[in-house]
Amino acid sequence: MSADTSTSTSTAAGTYAPKPGAAPVGRMIAAQAALETKMLLRNGEQLLLTVVIPSLLLVLFSTVSIVDFGDTGSGEAVDFLAPGVLALAVMSTAFTGQAIATGFERRYGVLKRLGASPLPRWALMTAKTLSVLVTEVLQIALLTAIALALGWSPQGNPLSVLLLLVLGTAAFSGLGLLMAGTLKAEATLAAANLVFLLLLVGGGVVVPLDKFPEAAQSVLGLLPISALSDGLRDVLQGGASMPWGAAGVLAVWAALGLGAAARFFRWE
Amino acid sequence: MHEEPVAGGVLQVRGLVKRYGPKTAVDGLDLTAHAGVTAVLGPNGAGKTTTIETCEGYRRPDGGQVRVLGLDPVAQAAALRPRIGVMLQSGGVYSGARADEMLRHMAKLHAHPLDVDDLIERLGLGSCGRTAYRRLSGGQQQRLALAMAVVGRPELVFLDEPTAGLDPQARRSTWDLVRELRADGVSVILTTHYMDEAEQLADDVTIVDAGKVVAQGSPEQLCRGGAENTLRFTGRPGLDVASLLKALPMDSAAAELTPGSYRVTGTVDPQLLATVTSWCAQHGVMPDRISVERHTLEDVFLELTGKELRG
Repeated sequence: MSADTSTSTSTAAGTYAPKPGAAPVGRMIAAQAALETKMLLRNGEQLLLTVVIPSLLLVLFSTVSIVDFGDTGSGEAVDFLAPGVLALAVMSTAFTGQAIATGFERRYGVLKRLGASPLPRWALMTAKTLSVLVTEVLQIALLTAIALALGWSPQGNPLSVLLLLVLGTAAFSGLGLLMAGTLKAEATLAAANLVFLLLLVGGGVVVPLDKFPEAAQSVLGLLPISALSDGLRDVLQGGASMPWGAAGVLAVWAALGLGAAARFFRWE
Repeated sequence: MHEEPVAGGVLQVRGLVKRYGPKTAVDGLDLTAHAGVTAVLGPNGAGKTTTIETCEGYRRPDGGQVRVLGLDPVAQAAALRPRIGVMLQSGGVYSGARADEMLRHMAKLHAHPLDVDDLIERLGLGSCGRTAYRRLSGGQQQRLALAMAVVGRPELVFLDEPTAGLDPQARRSTWDLVRELRADGVSVILTTHYMDEAEQLADDVTIVDAGKVVAQGSPEQLCRGGAENTLRFTGRPGLDVASLLKALPMDSAAAELTPGSYRVTGTVDPQLLATVTSWCAQHGVMPDRISVERHTLEDVFLELTGKELRG
């Protein structure tokens, strides 16, 4: 230790003596997931996308007859809307929110800095997924409470709903990470919001797909948001046991998106 | 460049080549670092950051070999990462995170981290309070990056331009921390384009220009080499220069440039100064206007590359 007395905050000798080591990987993942979730919940724009917009759409379209839901079932408007808004909530977190947050983490060197830490890349991605899932649980709890208050009577098998939500999360995460890992942060911000808006309108969330021309319907039906919202609707509104078609479409998107993200994602 | 034994070195770079498209950023660079502080000194664009980031495992060499603590930074990254601390030139923190939050997080990724509260106090990060990273001053961001590099108690720390843009007080505080790390047995590799930083901190300096090493050695060795250092004094005209020369070391030269104006060249150190003044005392000469011109690393760099370091 140098006899440097000029600094008032000089540190005791041996303080910095090397004692390196990685924390147990489970602890690292838990810490990373907690931090990512905290960052997301602290971000106003993210909350607008993930909480405010889905809640407003649910309340507004259930109580005010803006869109004619037509021959979509015998129940109330909320029975049509709730599954679509749940699908929107999944998209807002797994796709839009994750793409924007990860894009800026890449831009500001967060991913780079974490890349030199003991946290392995797979553990970082696991933590990101956990953070998305935690956010979705909070969103779904809130939206379910609002929908029930509006008179929603959900049908069907909860396990089928869970499987669809997981497949949807995987599909949107793959696409979100692909965008975040290949485009500039500003481009990701613009594109992710644009895609959110387009899919909100054209993906069967609040506007039934049969309102579109027949030729468009077959294409729109293959979008991940349509597969998720219609799949959830088949179960929650129609009482179907398991909509395999929708699940298959989501599985294909998940495989393509996650595969492409794994292949093309750039960390810097 | 002399060959060093592999054992004991914390870093060995042999013939490193790194290209970005048509541009060769690093062109056959050799760098050996031992325990202590090693400075990589050079102007902007010399290839310092590329070299350091290759050692950190961020870039795959296009040619040559890199070993850090005996490990390949790409192939053996998982084993290496817990043992090194990294300070990037900028960024690396969530824009919405608070300083203490990010530092505590980095601590949680390590098995035996430093006490975060002590480190916050030591680096004056307490003043950051609840401010988000993006609203911190440049100096606060730099100090946080430094804290993040050391919190995991690494064996080897890489600091990329650690004091760029800092005010003098913050610079000195950073220097003090580097000295404390060194005293506690942590090896430090730092890049800088500040001469005084390398002179003050480094046991060894590698001067890099245009992707190549132009000189390597301790600051003293580097300043001694190259053009000779000079001692000047004035006295009465016609002193016995030959007698003075006899008193001086072998590598010295002495001359009366103009009547009464003398110049001694060679290794200008305290011993030489004492020899000259005692010779003057013996000969009843008052050496007026005695001055020494010792070369700084800046001069060495100018001689070697023909350009100013801070251009």
